[in-house]
Amino acid sequence: MALKINQSLVNKENASQLIAVCPFNAIEEQDGIMSIGAGCRLCKLCVNKGPKGVITWEDEKKQELDKSEWVGIAVFVERRNETVHPVTLELIGKARELTEVTGHPVYAIAIGCGMDDIARELLHYGVDKVFVYDDAALDMFSISPYTSAFYDFIQRVKPSSVLVGATNIGRSLAPRVAARCKTGLTADCTMLKMRENTDLVQIRPAFGGNIMAQIVTSNARPQFCTVRYKVFAALRRSEQAQGEIVCMNVTAKMLKSGTEVLDAVKKPAEIDISEAEVIVAVGRGLKSANDMNMIQELAELLGARIAGTRPMIEAGWLDPKRQIGLSGRTVKPRLIIAIGISGAVQFTAGMKGADCIVAINSDENASIFEVAHYGLVGDLYEIVPLLIAGIKEGKYVL
Amino acid sequence: MEIIVCVKQVPGTSQVEVDPVTGVLKRDGVDSKLNPYDLFALELAYSLCEKYGGRVRTLSMGPPQAKAALLETLYMGADSAVLLSDRKFAGADVAATSYTLKCGIEQMGEYDLILCGKQTTDGDTAQVGPEMAEMLGIEHAANVCEILEVTDKEITVCLNLDDKLQFQRMQLPCLLSVEKDINTPRLPSYKRMCKVNADGERVAVLTFEELSGAELARCGLKGSPTQVERIFPPEKNADKQMLHGSSAQLSDALGALLKERKFI
Ligand SMILES: Cc1cc2nc3c(=O)[nH]c(=O)nc-3n(C[C@H](O)[C@H](O)[C@H](O)COP(=O)(O)OP(=O)(O)OC[C@H]3O[C@@H](n4cnc5c(N)ncnc54)[C@H](O)[C@@H]3O)c2cc1C
Ligand SMILES: Nc1ncnc2c1ncn2[C@@H]1O[C@H](COP(=O)(O)O)[C@@H](O)[C@H]1O
Repeated sequence: MALKINQSLVNKENASQLIAVCPFNAIEEQDGIMSIGAGCRLCKLCVNKGPKGVITWEDEKKQELDKSEWVGIAVFVERRNETVHPVTLELIGKARELTEVTGHPVYAIAIGCGMDDIARELLHYGVDKVFVYDDAALDMFSISPYTSAFYDFIQRVKPSSVLVGATNIGRSLAPRVAARCKTGLTADCTMLKMRENTDLVQIRPAFGGNIMAQIVTSNARPQFCTVRYKVFAALRRSEQAQGEIVCMNVTAKMLKSGTEVLDAVKKPAEIDISEAEVIVAVGRGLKSANDMNMIQELAELLGARIAGTRPMIEAGWLDPKRQIGLSGRTVKPRLIIAIGISGAVQFTAGMKGADCIVAINSDENASIFEVAHYGLVGDLYEIVPLLIAGIKEGKYVL
Repeated sequence: MEIIVCVKQVPGTSQVEVDPVTGVLKRDGVDSKLNPYDLFALELAYSLCEKYGGRVRTLSMGPPQAKAALLETLYMGADSAVLLSDRKFAGADVAATSYTLKCGIEQMGEYDLILCGKQTTDGDTAQVGPEMAEMLGIEHAANVCEILEVTDKEITVCLNLDDKLQFQRMQLPCLLSVEKDINTPRLPSYKRMCKVNADGERVAVLTFEELSGAELARCGLKGSPTQVERIFPPEKNADKQMLHGSSAQLSDALGALLKERKFI
């Protein structure tokens, strides 16, 4: 079901009638060619109130989607502190891997101001083309102009899949663009696979991580998904730059907005466990706040950040920013040592992606052992002090 | 100020499990509650109306029992509520949910502000708000953590952009998704409950047929571009190594591992 424009009937007179009839300013006419833009809400006033026959409503006959018209995987480029947010590189790495199945190109779409350095840097990470919308008015994130630029890219380039980082900006922008494209969007995917027919298989936790759902968008394009930071791994930066940068036209119409950005201030530096390479995580197995000293000592010896389960935050022993899990942070360190943690799904949802998981727990049936690579069944109050002493003595040698 | 708050009823616990054999959700006897994130949107709505006058109405799409969640909003201070409930709405993904809610909002008439929670505890996508705003053709802001100024044409808000706080002035009507913990939500009041019950509960339940202009092809499972192919329990780690022994043996084993992997 869609609006159909019968171009042969279009003339100056009925065009201006139609433009006046549309309450959303979605109808345009140029050189005798009429078009209906994204502003269209399918209110059908043009069909019912406009000059007869010029725009008609074509019922039912669902058009078969021609998937071959949609080619490539596009990654939205997010800026952070004047450089590229690492989640962007992770998504480019994943896109590269996915295109091995289809042979499609990998695109990046960069919206902002002064994006040259960022665009050039991306060429070291495996993109084929970087499409840049660069304008002073795009310097700060503003939903309408960013959506319009993104939508312009989709219409011109027609990518098959679009990957967006599940940051606060990504989670605001991706649904807006997906809705404008009248397509589906899967949030917070943790696994992505590509089928030969270009269908993107999107797997995400549902119901608080108790269940995994496998989702496809097989009758619509592009296929949108968001992915959290640290879920996938970035490719190593290559010495050689490869691919090209394409400058896109930013029009005044794109910049139209009902929002005026007044100011943006940096948030004070935060404890950020999501960046940590090594984490020592503690749970209710710890008996008193004093025992944090022992944990602090171990963390220092390992160059690790301290994190914990929700009860530790509730007890006030740890800053809320150090909470791992569903209602806390997602971490993906090279090593995490979980000490006195039972392994509730709400906790493990935030750390399962770690390269190496070590768990120390006195209860051999604790569910943390189901996600751990190395499970130590024993008393933390004995193991941890012995380990600290051993490291200090230089006891462990290869 | 005419404010519409979108609220959802969610399962009372997150301990939902899948039967590993049949792949079917085990949902027997799970009770329901108002999505906790929506409480902050509701509190913001009530406090804005107390300050600037106007009315708070609430809107939900869900099964008939979701009426309970809407009644709760009336007991807290909402003026009236609308529940969109029809089998034709069932199985909706984000796009179909947003579309149906959009049709509901259009039917509710004039509004200045639409408020949503940051996300739901079951859908957990945080996407319904922004999609709805796009379909309504209005501005939106997500992760709103403060309201700075309100006039009859504009609202100035602060939003959390991870590493930055951004301040922006937005034309009304617009939609805001509210961060959690930006206020302390009020509890349903017993007095209001008695009053609501005495006056007659103002919850209108609308079916698909009663929703003017809604297209069937965009509602429910049929109107959902994303399809769930299968659900399955999260995988367990297969190549794990369990170490037993004395604490000395265990700490030595761990020390050796850390050395081998160059952590010490
Ligand atoms: C909606 C929702 C969201 C949630 N979000 C989060 C979240 O984001 N993050 C989070 O962490 N939790 C979250 N939770 C809470 C979660 O369900 C668990 O309650 C919590 O993770 C348990 O923390 P714990 O492992 O520290 O404590 P416990 O479950 O009490 O486990 C303590 C463990 O320590 C072991 N132990 C005790 N003494 C010793 C010893 N001497 N030596 C070795 N081991 C010992 C015990 O065997 C036990 O396994 C959430 C809950 C809900 C309902
Ligand atoms: N079925 C629904 N009925 C009413 N509001 C909803 C519904 N689903 C989502 N919302 C609103 O959209 C917000 C985000 O939900 P979600 O995208 O599911 O995480 C919620 O906090 C609600 O305000």
